[in-house]
Amino acid sequence: MVELFGVPLPALTAQIFIGLVNGAFYAVLSLGLAVIFGMLNVINFSHGALYMLGAFLAWLGMQVFGLNYWVALVVVPLVVGCLGMLIERFLLRRLYEVDHLYGLLLTFGLALIIEGLFIYFYGTSSRTYPTPELLRGATNLGFMFLPNYRGWIVAVSLATCLLVWLLIEKTKIGAYLRAGTENPQLLGAFGINVPLLITLTFGGGVALAGFVGVLAAPVAGVSPLMGANTIIVVFAIVVIGGMGSILGSVLTGLGMGVVEGLTRVFYPEASSVVIFFTMAIVLLLRPAGLFGKTK
Amino acid sequence: MAKWLGYGVLILLGVIAPFFVYEIFLIKLLSYGLFAVAFNMLLGYGGLMSFGHAAFFGTSAYLMAHMLKVWGLPSLLGLVLAALASGALGAVFGAIAIRRQGIYFAMITLALAQMVFFVFLQAPFTGGEDGLHGVPRGTLFGLLDLSSNLTMYYFVLAVFLLVFFFVRRMVYSPFGHLMSAIRQNEARAISLGYDVHRYKLLLFMLSATVAGLAGALKTLAFQFVSLTDAHFHLSGEVVLMTLLGGVGTLFGPLFGAFMLVGLQNMLAEGAFRALVPVVLGVLFVVCVLFFRRGIVGELQHYLKRSL
Repeated sequence: MVELFGVPLPALTAQIFIGLVNGAFYAVLSLGLAVIFGMLNVINFSHGALYMLGAFLAWLGMQVFGLNYWVALVVVPLVVGCLGMLIERFLLRRLYEVDHLYGLLLTFGLALIIEGLFIYFYGTSSRTYPTPELLRGATNLGFMFLPNYRGWIVAVSLATCLLVWLLIEKTKIGAYLRAGTENPQLLGAFGINVPLLITLTFGGGVALAGFVGVLAAPVAGVSPLMGANTIIVVFAIVVIGGMGSILGSVLTGLGMGVVEGLTRVFYPEASSVVIFFTMAIVLLLRPAGLFGKTK
Repeated sequence: MAKWLGYGVLILLGVIAPFFVYEIFLIKLLSYGLFAVAFNMLLGYGGLMSFGHAAFFGTSAYLMAHMLKVWGLPSLLGLVLAALASGALGAVFGAIAIRRQGIYFAMITLALAQMVFFVFLQAPFTGGEDGLHGVPRGTLFGLLDLSSNLTMYYFVLAVFLLVFFFVRRMVYSPFGHLMSAIRQNEARAISLGYDVHRYKLLLFMLSATVAGLAGALKTLAFQFVSLTDAHFHLSGEVVLMTLLGGVGTLFGPLFGAFMLVGLQNMLAEGAFRALVPVVLGVLFVVCVLFFRRGIVGELQHYLKRSL
């Protein structure tokens, strides 16, 4: 069997691929955070809770209404997005005049409420969500077996990032969004409804979190605790990447997923801390983050 | 004069409290109160929002347990060493985190604290999910036996008052005024020739040391330490205590801690035990939306004087 650094090659490629899958989740989650931060200057702590909500809604949809995976993939992000718009419209909006840290605290409170309620009603155990039939099985790539569903996650995540990039860079509404990030007063003076734009941005950002929740349900399981740990890792990734650009978020997310996967092969004890450690190193060498600009 | 009378009444209350309330509960109030005071040093006076203060509380708590239980060190020496170690960790955290400001600062401290949490989860000496139990309380200088709850309470009260007046002294010192200047206008403080980073780092270390002292006291009195002492929920709780009582007020964090610990104690008995996080979340939302000055802050605003 071919070995690399004393590790069998298939085991290595398999771990790298699992890393890529996690990296894809990190990429879309940090993309959502970055889109929201650009427009609202708020770091959404409830992003993890809404990711968990996405997975749970998919599971509940299947249990209660018999909705399949494909329906969930479309409907759940819409539901989560609408909830996000309500949060923005009725809660966050009151805080734009004060220090942005209050936005972080408010969304932290919301995360506690959402996660606390799900733990209260469903306990902390994890539930399994079946992989859709179409994507079961694995494909032989010659050097490794690629589970179809994991391949689908990476592909659809990258496609989502590309779509968001196109939406922001190439469409009219994207132009408004970029203008609003630069100078909301001036944009308002041109007759654009900026508050509505902010509400939509927040809704769109958290819809991405809900989307990742549905994607993750078949591989990560569905548990009320799944969001809290993920969101802190994503925060570290956001600090590493620097929220400067969409491409930066995506590359950092994928890269850190792979780094985590490799650590699991070579030094498993450190796999849960490697991203935080990387963050500390990056801050010492490049305080603005890999793709960030110092203000 | 009236001001010192106020402090006198508070000290008196602290002294007579164990005749009315269970000592262990009072100790809990004071250790979390001290923790909130430590956090408020950083946020209230330095404008630095740490979301990872449980790392200091927890690190010190674990070290204290290990030093007393495994190494058999005297209680007081353990307390001092644990607090100093926490301060040293604060120096490392601070050196990394003060490179960014505002929201980034909060995220970085949170991530670093999560790293510490995972280390405690996996390190062999912490007992993992079980934690460390049966930490001996020991004696003070071989004279006072701390195994009595009442003696333990008065010892905690003494340490608390000592640190509280140290913090008060710090707030009104040139250093305190400088921190306040940095909080209000960092650029101007820099232009006046102050090495802002050095002062922020010093404040961060002081705050971490006091937070560590609180964690070590809690371990000493309760004789156990577990992962909840380093969990990010605790970092959030200390933010809430400070917010509830009043950010940047001397007594606010103390009252906030008393209220939150009291509330948790009330809920812990009843049917709502599992809903504690939800209650905390609601409190967070309400405080942030309608009550940003906190209780003591509102009182200050109303009385137009500093408390």
